[in-house]
Amino acid sequence: MSAALKSGEVPKFRPTNVGRYALWGGFALVLAALPLVFKQGFAITIMSQMGIFIIAALSYNMLLGQTGLLSFGHAVYSGLGAYFAIHTLNWIAAGKILLPVALVPLVGGLVGLVFAILFGYITTKKAGTTFAMITLGIGEMVFAASLIFPSFFGGEGGISANRVVGEPFLGLTYGPAVQVYYLIATWTLVAMIAMLALTQTPLGRLANAVRDNPERVEFIGYNTHMVRFMMFALSGFFAGIAGGLSAINFEIVSAESVGAQRSGGMLVAAYIGGVGVFFGPVIGAIIFTFFVVAISNMTKAWLLYLGLFFVAIVMVAPGGIASVVLMNLRVWKAGFMNWLWKPYAAVLATGLIALVGFVMVVEMTYKISDSGTGGKVSVFGVQIDAGTQTPWIVAAVVLTIGGFLYRRAWLALKRKWDEIQVLLQTRSL
Amino acid sequence: MTSSAAIELRDVHKSFGKTPIICGVTLAIAKGERHAIIGPNGAGKSTLFNLISGRFPVTSGSILLNGADATHLRPFEINRRGLSRSFQITNIFHRMSVFENLRCALLWALGYKYSFWRPVARLRDANDRAEQILESIGLQRRRDTFAGLLSYAEQRALEIGITIAGGADVILLDEPTAGMNRSETAQAVALIRRVTESKTLVMVEHDMSVVFGLADRISVLVYGEVIATDVPGAIRSNCAVQEAYLGHEAAAH
Repeated sequence: MSAALKSGEVPKFRPTNVGRYALWGGFALVLAALPLVFKQGFAITIMSQMGIFIIAALSYNMLLGQTGLLSFGHAVYSGLGAYFAIHTLNWIAAGKILLPVALVPLVGGLVGLVFAILFGYITTKKAGTTFAMITLGIGEMVFAASLIFPSFFGGEGGISANRVVGEPFLGLTYGPAVQVYYLIATWTLVAMIAMLALTQTPLGRLANAVRDNPERVEFIGYNTHMVRFMMFALSGFFAGIAGGLSAINFEIVSAESVGAQRSGGMLVAAYIGGVGVFFGPVIGAIIFTFFVVAISNMTKAWLLYLGLFFVAIVMVAPGGIASVVLMNLRVWKAGFMNWLWKPYAAVLATGLIALVGFVMVVEMTYKISDSGTGGKVSVFGVQIDAGTQTPWIVAAVVLTIGGFLYRRAWLALKRKWDEIQVLLQTRSL
Repeated sequence: MTSSAAIELRDVHKSFGKTPIICGVTLAIAKGERHAIIGPNGAGKSTLFNLISGRFPVTSGSILLNGADATHLRPFEINRRGLSRSFQITNIFHRMSVFENLRCALLWALGYKYSFWRPVARLRDANDRAEQILESIGLQRRRDTFAGLLSYAEQRALEIGITIAGGADVILLDEPTAGMNRSETAQAVALIRRVTESKTLVMVEHDMSVVFGLADRISVLVYGEVIATDVPGAIRSNCAVQEAYLGHEAAAH
């Protein structure tokens, strides 16, 4: 058994048919009910962006998790889809074409597909590092092109449009944000079902085979290049849908939407959620969007927190949050969860203490580097003055004690966890 | 030489850089024959397999598969023409279930190609056939286990299962019993005998009891050249073979 297998090992998720319909039905209900619970404009904005990023992260994972292809340029396909979608909105406004706004994401998808076919044929000739480097190169190329051809890409300012165009369909103008949310939620649901269904087709399964052992695939009659190419093209399609939705949502598309940072975001989101499980990137996209939209609103240090969170996931749970969830589910089903409540509570409590200390230090440091002298900064709603000594001493004490206790709690949890794993292992033999 | 042979090698050469590994092998293996290739370590047996199955390109010479030229085809093209091979070092899909390993291995043969609109769960013929293969390699109990978690002998059985799943009529097995104990070897031989019924079998094998028990004919490869091809009895009494190979083995024991 290889080390990679050990770390990525997760129990299989296999719902029955009834369970599957119940699951999707329940998910659809949740999507429909969310705006009724979270009515604030900010919440609607966040949820809309989460939906878009769920599609993007899942389409990214068609490459990374399912086919074993590490791409650094997936935003090319979502971004180009977004550009064509925003132009489509303008063409509809100008009366040049007749298309319901609800179908504009499909334009994005088709554009993503076409470009993924164009670039993907060469890109997917090789896997591994070569593939990664070519995607990086194409990403840079398209980003450069977006600045060279301002008539299409709109230069630095980007292209903007108005999404309230054409005839309203069933009274939907997509003016109010909540209508856009429902449009995004519908597309998200459809795209998720389609992408999950794809994993259960011959191509989807062969993609897994190519991921696991490309050489052997050639000896069971399949051309690995063709498998990679088709997965790449289809993932470009779904990325394009995400791009089309973001064009409608923001009513502006600029060069950064094809840029490396957006591509990196997809990688980070997919990885945080877990690339080994279909639903992993969904979790990752939700958390990632929360960082990008909500936490960035609270603090300038959000990118630092996101980075640290990412590193923590990579080191502690390389299978992502989904694998942690599934492994705990297995423990719970085996009846061992009673062993873990206390250690979990201890880790959580001590972790929070350490986190408070850490956040105080980071926020005060940012404040000083911003103003040069210090001043008031709000940490968890409490105003503290970074220019005085007391908060620093408090932060240091909290961080040290919290960190020390956290370390002990963590080791205790790990001992219990390993004990349970050994028991589970012997039981399954 | 007739072109009705399952595999025919005509003066095949292979060099890595300036080092010749295969130096003019000419060999015809009839349809339905069980053929073993033996020879000391480094004789080029695995390389020969890699040439036949398209893993490496030949330096010169030609290879015919079922009478048609297959010299410059890629591995998947050769597989589509009905030749399937196993590997000396287990070569399976680790993070997929045993059943999924087998099902993937027969999808092309059943004509499903790169279909991305049909759920595999509904492909009756593929599922039935995969279950059948699963049974014939005796891994029903491990159906839903990740292939990477199987024991060594089980992985070797799966390796053979993947090789035969597509229903190829020419089967190449590269040291199928390597690393197995006596009882595992006996089981593997029975398995090979069962699943290659009425097929052409070419195998590289070190275990002489396996070779002499299974093969209709044996070729002895020494330093990239076939020094003898004959029925087991004749090979056993062939002086050149004894000197080059069996004697060498005996001296080592």
